[in-house]
Amino acid sequence: MLRKIRITLALICFTLVTLLFLDFTGVLQGYFGVLAKVQFLPAVLALNVAAILFVVVLTLLCGRLYCSVICPLGVFQDIFSWLGNRGKKGKRGKFKFSNEKRIPRYGIFALFVVGIATSFPAAALIAPYSAYGRIATYILSPIYKLANNGLAYMAERLDSYMFYEVDVLLKGGIALGIAIATFVIIGAVAFFKGRAYCNTVCPVGTFLGLISRFAIFRPVVDTSKCIHCGMCERKCKSSCIDSKSGTFDYSRCVVCMDCIGNCNKGALRLTPVIPGHKRDEKTSAPQVDTSRRKFLGLATVLAAGSIAGVRAQDSAKVNLEDEGEGGLAPIQDKVAPERFGKIVPPGAQSYANLQSHCTACGLCIANCENNVLFAGRDLKPFMSYEKGYCRPECNRCSTVCPAGAIREIPLADKSSTQIGHAVWQFDLCIVNRDHQECGNCARHCPTGAIQMVAQDPDDPNSRKIPVVNTERCIGCGACENLCPARPVSAIYVEGHEMHRKV
Amino acid sequence: MAEEKNNGINRREFLKLAGVGTLGAGLAGSTLLQGCNFFANEKDAASAPKPNMEPTGPMTYRTTEKGDKVSILGYGMMRLPTNDEGEIDQEMVNKLVDYALAHGVNYFDTAPPYMKGKSEDATGIALSRHPRSSYYIATKMSNHRMALSGLTGKELYNASVEMYRTSMKKLKTDYIDYYLMHNVGGDTGIPFLKQRFFDCGLIEFLKKEREAGRIRNLGFSFHGKVEVFDYLLSLHNEIHWDFVQIQLNYLDWKHAAENKGWTANVNAEYLYDELAKRNIPSVIMEPLLGGRLSNVHDHVVARLKQRAPEASVASWAFRFAGTYPKVLSVLSGMTYMEHLQDNLCTYSPLKPLNDEELKFLFDTADLMMQYPTVNCNDCKYCMPCPYGIDIPGIFVHYNKCVNEGRIASGVHDENYRKARKEFLVGYDRSVPKLRQANHCTGCNQCSPKCPQGLNIPEELRKIDAYVESLKRVGG
Repeated sequence: MLRKIRITLALICFTLVTLLFLDFTGVLQGYFGVLAKVQFLPAVLALNVAAILFVVVLTLLCGRLYCSVICPLGVFQDIFSWLGNRGKKGKRGKFKFSNEKRIPRYGIFALFVVGIATSFPAAALIAPYSAYGRIATYILSPIYKLANNGLAYMAERLDSYMFYEVDVLLKGGIALGIAIATFVIIGAVAFFKGRAYCNTVCPVGTFLGLISRFAIFRPVVDTSKCIHCGMCERKCKSSCIDSKSGTFDYSRCVVCMDCIGNCNKGALRLTPVIPGHKRDEKTSAPQVDTSRRKFLGLATVLAAGSIAGVRAQDSAKVNLEDEGEGGLAPIQDKVAPERFGKIVPPGAQSYANLQSHCTACGLCIANCENNVLFAGRDLKPFMSYEKGYCRPECNRCSTVCPAGAIREIPLADKSSTQIGHAVWQFDLCIVNRDHQECGNCARHCPTGAIQMVAQDPDDPNSRKIPVVNTERCIGCGACENLCPARPVSAIYVEGHEMHRKV
Repeated sequence: MAEEKNNGINRREFLKLAGVGTLGAGLAGSTLLQGCNFFANEKDAASAPKPNMEPTGPMTYRTTEKGDKVSILGYGMMRLPTNDEGEIDQEMVNKLVDYALAHGVNYFDTAPPYMKGKSEDATGIALSRHPRSSYYIATKMSNHRMALSGLTGKELYNASVEMYRTSMKKLKTDYIDYYLMHNVGGDTGIPFLKQRFFDCGLIEFLKKEREAGRIRNLGFSFHGKVEVFDYLLSLHNEIHWDFVQIQLNYLDWKHAAENKGWTANVNAEYLYDELAKRNIPSVIMEPLLGGRLSNVHDHVVARLKQRAPEASVASWAFRFAGTYPKVLSVLSGMTYMEHLQDNLCTYSPLKPLNDEELKFLFDTADLMMQYPTVNCNDCKYCMPCPYGIDIPGIFVHYNKCVNEGRIASGVHDENYRKARKEFLVGYDRSVPKLRQANHCTGCNQCSPKCPQGLNIPEELRKIDAYVESLKRVGG
């Protein structure tokens, strides 16, 4: 029973956390955003006291339940471990007790702490929530969007506005590579070795393991009933039960309760370790969770249906060889200009603040509906305006960030926060290049920082060029994105190290 | 044991579900296929004439001084059917032309720049499969684009004559029945007209070609400044215009001059009366305003359908144009077989409107003027925009939303959320993001090419401002 509750809760949390990354409409963030905020490492970096206390108290009460239910990478491993145990041998259980590997475990933990303290990017690679976040952002989100576009395609045919097409973009090549590697490596380890990653590598697991040794509720062996058959040990994906001695390594136990149901003698119970208080509980016969299978079956239906609906994007060829009416001029893709300063979103406060707090989970990138956030080589977000610009009505990245790297910023403050400033390049501007009037940058500047002035001060009728009042410019990139000069915009944004109010 | 059994059932259940999965995918696939079939059928239906839509009577004809018996329905070759890549679907063009000829249509109007410069080729291919005496060809000297790009004098003369000769070659003929000076009246008006035809001596060339019989009838097509029209008519005694092509429909009869674009247009009533006074036959273009008189506001549909539930909305516009006796032919750019059949029914034979019906249509026009649609007829003269904007695509989407009552008047509009989503989603669906109004540079190379005299950048800016307001305030 307890195991079923654990599995149900875990699947709910896992699905919802994943949906935080997938739902591009931002609706779910409002309801379940807390599931990202409660993730332990981001909460520590954000100094989110409530979340830290919650996790610590939960662990003191029930052991590492966090790792079994709340951590999406933990549930991710459970799914792979379950897949790895579907053979006949697996049914009986294939795990074996092993001693705690202390030196690597605490060594990695120490290195990780140093790494995070010094903002060393590689440290984020083993952070559990952000490792899963990258899988969701760079692998699952594009798949979800493709499926959505399949539905949008059908909706369009049916004249329905329920689904609409969204851009599916590569938000970072290195990030995608790392996400795939994480998926394969952690998935494979879990498939064969259960929770090996959690109990040797994961820094959050190591830290919570220090607390869970003193947890109140924990699985305990009733030595009067135990016959040392080893059923529990074989089922323990954390390899933390020594059936010979009948003891647990509670620093590694994730309270999955698989062992309890597997004990034919009813010798295992989840009990508060407080003397004098004992409660008998009937152990229910182990059951395979049917809901999970049904869920997976349904997922197959959905996936198959949606993949069938995905349309191959037809690249409309443009033919302009003839002089005639109609047709469309080809449009070159924009290429990012060389920026000396990286642009980071309003709410980040400064480049350094973002660097020191960000765990590179990609939640902001997955939620950026205007497609301005991308993952850099260090996997952390930066802004670029080739696909869109930072629109005034959106502050979503600041609301979703669990790590305090992008602090929540109200829309009014956002529109007066300078994250960079626009730079105009005469030789690229179409006023100079095509000898045409334009002014599209000035027309779309939300703060009115760009004015159009006559090119020749002595001739008020000469073509107008943009001038930027850098004091009023906030660096949103509307001018850069909407500039007709291609592939490189004639006006572009230079990022500022420190953000400030204008 | 119990466990084994349990698992067995579960596995079976799983397989069953997986089966449902494949079935689901199969179903999805088959509905998709059905969807394709459905569309294929629709396409077939468009190309294959529907038996119950066959015209029942004989086509109405008008006779010129020279004795040409011209069908009141003329085929405009500016809106030919295209395939997915935007290339002309020649097979369909042939079918449509064959059907039109078989049902009495004998006037075919094309021009060198139509359909990205491919209309004359397609027209030539389709028509040359029939005896040359069974149809009249109209084409035009479309040197306005050359003149706008800066050609003058001898260069412009040579390029224009070359264009004339190319037209003959493409149309596979050695004479042209109706030849027009294309789209006069635009840009600067009289100076532009003189640059195009008088200063470089083209008008003399055209008169000589008429004397030689290679041009059987000489005329001009007019849009724009009234002084150009008056000036050309003042030359009638000298040049003798065999016909003139004007924009005439029940909206432009009295309302064309209200156009607030960069240049005024002229009411059709004036144009027609001036021509009739001089006994010059009119050929009518834009009788349907590029579909704007068929794709009308729901209220107007209800009004017209109430009067004649069986008749199409478009048929009112065609009957209107045909009602005037000095009209030689009414051009319609019929893309689909349904359009062709509907127009054939309207004109076989023509039932002229009576005074009461005319008044009803003028009242309808007054009503239509209250809706803030953009006066774009999707003629694509402005295209391609050098910065890639899909100008007519944007206007068509906007007008569609206006006519369907899907423009939100404000955030407090009770339908704001719905209207917002439908406008924005529909906008992205009909116009790719990079070709939308917010990318307009305002270079204004388009406006001088617009026969309706629209100030295109200004209209685009209004739509952009509306889109921006929708984006800023979520639903």
